[in-house]
Parts: sequence; structure tokens; C-alpha cells
Amino acid sequence: MSAALLEIENLNKSFRTDSKSVQALRGIELDVREGEFVTVIGPSGCGKSTLLRIIAGLERGETGTVKLSGEPIRGPGIDKGFIFQEPRLFPWLTVEKNIAADLSLRKPEVRSKVDELIRLVKLEGFAKAYPRELSGGMAQRVAIARALLRKPKILLLDEPFGALDAFTRAHMQEVLLDIWKHNGTTMILVTHDIDEAVFLGSRIMILKPRPGEIRGQIAVELSYPRKKASTAFQEYRYRVLREFERIDELAWGESGAGI
Amino acid sequence: MTQQAEPLRSGWRPPLARRTWNSGVWAHFAWAALLPGLILLGWQLYTAYGEVNPILLPSPAAIAEALGTLTASGELAVQLGVSLGRAALGTLYGCAAALALGTLVGLSRLAAKLLDPSMQLLRLTPSLAIAPLIILWFGFGETSKIVIIATGAFFPLYLATIQSLRGVDGRLTEVARVLQFGRAQQLSRLLLPGAMPGLLSGLRLAMAYGWLSLVVAELLGAQAGIGYLMSHAQTNGHPAIIFVGVLVFAVMGKLIDLLVATVEKRVLRWRDSYAG
Repeated sequence: MSAALLEIENLNKSFRTDSKSVQALRGIELDVREGEFVTVIGPSGCGKSTLLRIIAGLERGETGTVKLSGEPIRGPGIDKGFIFQEPRLFPWLTVEKNIAADLSLRKPEVRSKVDELIRLVKLEGFAKAYPRELSGGMAQRVAIARALLRKPKILLLDEPFGALDAFTRAHMQEVLLDIWKHNGTTMILVTHDIDEAVFLGSRIMILKPRPGEIRGQIAVELSYPRKKASTAFQEYRYRVLREFERIDELAWGESGAGI
Repeated sequence: MTQQAEPLRSGWRPPLARRTWNSGVWAHFAWAALLPGLILLGWQLYTAYGEVNPILLPSPAAIAEALGTLTASGELAVQLGVSLGRAALGTLYGCAAALALGTLVGLSRLAAKLLDPSMQLLRLTPSLAIAPLIILWFGFGETSKIVIIATGAFFPLYLATIQSLRGVDGRLTEVARVLQFGRAQQLSRLLLPGAMPGLLSGLRLAMAYGWLSLVVAELLGAQAGIGYLMSHAQTNGHPAIIFVGVLVFAVMGKLIDLLVATVEKRVLRWRDSYAG
């Protein structure tokens, strides 16, 4: 087993709103090995986006350490690719220029890599299109290509397909798996969709809300590509659901009130 | 229709259909010209058959004749050239200053705290009230006219620059952080294009105000230009020439606005919502 690429130890984070302080994350421990595909699942408000933003360096944890390749994370950077829920393309740039972003397409090595990525995310023929001409799924594929061009050590995806319809989402999950198999990029994907978590993850982390804590993890020992209708797949679904029911019972027991 | 069946393109929308131009433009023009045309006709009939002093209200025919004479003698072209040159130079200085100061105030909090309150005070002072001061300081020569025009053009673009720089989408700024944009790229790939819609409408206003200030500057005393032509006609009793001046100011103002609007449309092609 190779050493962990990402190491998170005892990470805590709280937000202050007016006079109240709300703990968003408590005692997060997580190691991710190179080449893993980790999915993080939890209801909204469980701090899963905050966790991802801290790994990306967009926010800071209060206590605890977050290290990438043994180095503490000091801020955002191209080694930590980030896919937001919305594609966030530059509306004034064409698809190929969005992928290149701050790099010049006139450099032959950038040009050839951009062309290769456009093929990888299956956008041939749209290189010169503007974002307004793209569907939501296509725009998100451009965002993924933009992150991949920088050869990130880890790709962080924050509910990337949440805004898409069910068919487009299923297609995007397949595209993402293709990329993972092709490039071997380490991925952490945050979602509230159980099917998505089981379909994509080699490991599923279960986050409970208020405060956000890891309440279990499930290693998914199914070969890719997975069949959502298969019995084995459904069994993993049930295991995730059972974890959440257990959390709900605990919450009822602790405070006398559910969510 | 095999493309429709391809899963990748299922969500693809074709680019917005282009408007059918020609017929639309002519219809628009015909409607817009209808009312002025009727007024012109009534005016001509009234001055021909009514009892009206031609010194107060010359007939459209007399105005057209004056326009013809001025054009034929080359006088109009010369004066128009002087006016256009002045307006261009003044607007250019005003816009350059507005872009520089607006960028400073828009990007630096310190500059905003230090400069903006004073700027806002100056902005609300009517330009007609400052004009005598400017003439006092810069004399009756060309400089004072350029300064009056520059001040007129300055404020609309100054305000637009600040607002559009501050209005750049924060979510895209976050993307630029993640992608580690350098300073230069942040300006050229994020801030400038993000602010462009606001900058262009500011520029459009600035050119309109520059042109308006030209009238103020030239009527306050000039030795050449359309404004000079008008005040000269006033003292020598040629009302038709005054009307020609008004007409030229109006038509040139509209043409300048049209020019900027065309540039705006070109540059903002990427924008979904842009409809003129």
C-alpha cells in the first residue's frame, strides 16, 4: 500500500454568525491514497463542501493538519483541481480558451494538450463555441478539462453534477470514470446522491451533520463499470442508507429531535 | 437526424438565431421618421401660409438652403472638423483619466477611501457652474474648451469603471485563485473582460456627455466650430444657420452613439442577454 497522498488529522472548523458559533467540522480524520476515488456523502449542511474547500486551500481549518504529499496546504493552487457545482466558465472565452485559461494556446505544448483534453471529455467540434452555447453537462466537462490541463495531484469535485438532469448526470458519471481510468487522477467527490456515491467511489465516507463528523466508511469492492440495477450495487446502497438511519436514531436519542 | 441520437449532443442548443436585419432596420427607420416628417410638413406649411416672422422661425426650406450653401462653400466641413477634433481630444483625455482613476479606486480600498468622496462631490457640481472657473484658469483659448469637454466625459466613465470592476463575479475570481492566475492574467482574462459590459456603457455615456459639453464650451465663446457658427449667426441675424447648427449637433450626436453601440455589440458577442 502506497503512502497517503492526502492526510487530514483532527480537523476542526466553525463559523461565526452574528453572536453564535456553529461548528461545521469536528475531528475529521481522512487519508487518501494516490489513485483512489473517494466519495463523501452526507445531507446538506453536513460540512462536506467546507471540508472540500479546506482541502483546496480556499478556506482554512481552525485546528488540525491537512497535508498534500506531506506538505501542509497553504492556499489554493493548480495542484488541487477544483470543480464547483456550477461550471464557472469565463463567458467571454471560447471552450478551448476556457480550458487554457491563463495559458497561451499559441504554445504548441498547450495547444496539443488542450486538443487532447477536448477529445477526452468528448467535446470535439465545440472548441470554438462560447459557454452560452453549451448545455450544463458540456459546460461542466469544460470545467473538468480546465482542471485536468494543470495535471493536479488531486481533483476535488463539489457536487459537480447536482444541477444536471438524471440522464445527463448518469452520462457525466461515466465520463468521469473514463477520465479516472485514463489519467489515474486521485479524486474526492462530494455528493448527497447515494447512487452517485456508490457508482463512483472506491471508498465512501459517510458524514453526519451538526457538527460534521465522519461516521463511517464503506469500501466498495465492485469492479467498474458498475451496474446500478445489479443486486450487489443495491446492497451497497442499503448499507449507506442503514448508516444514515443509524445516525438519525442517534440524533433522536441525543437531542430528542431529528432533522 | 442521427446527431440527435448521439448522447453527447443531447443537451446541445443551437446558437441563437440571427435577426433578419434588412427589413427590420428599414421598418424601424420608417416608423421613427414618421413623426418628424409630419412635423416638418406642418412647419413648412405654417411658415409659407401663416403669418410668422422668418427671423424667429425660418421655414424648413430656408434651413435646407442654408445647409446647402454652407456645405457647398466648405464652411460647414471646416467648422465641423474643428468641433469634432475638439470633442475627440477632450473626450479622449477625460476617458483616459476616468479609466486610470476609476481602476485605482475600483481595485484599491485605500484609494477608494481617499479619493472617492471628493470625486463624488465634484461629480455633483454642475458643469455649467464650473465652466466660468475653467475659463478663468485656462483662458478663452483651446485649452479651456478641451478641459470642459474632458470634465464632461470623465464622470460617467469614472463611475462605470469603479462599479464594473467591483461587479466582476466573485465566483470567477475564486476560479482565478484556484488556477493561480498571475497579476497580468488576472487583469487581461478576468477583470477587464468581466468589467467590459459596464465599461462600454460608461464609454457610451462619456461620449454623449463629451459631445454635450462641446456645445457648452463653444457657446461660451469660440473662434471656430459649429458653436461659433451658431453664435455668429445669432449676432448677424441668420436664424436658419442656427437651426443648421442644432441639426448638425443632433445628427452627429446620434452618429457617435451609433458608433459606440456598434462597437459594444461586436465586443460583447459572448453575452447571452445582450439585445442592444
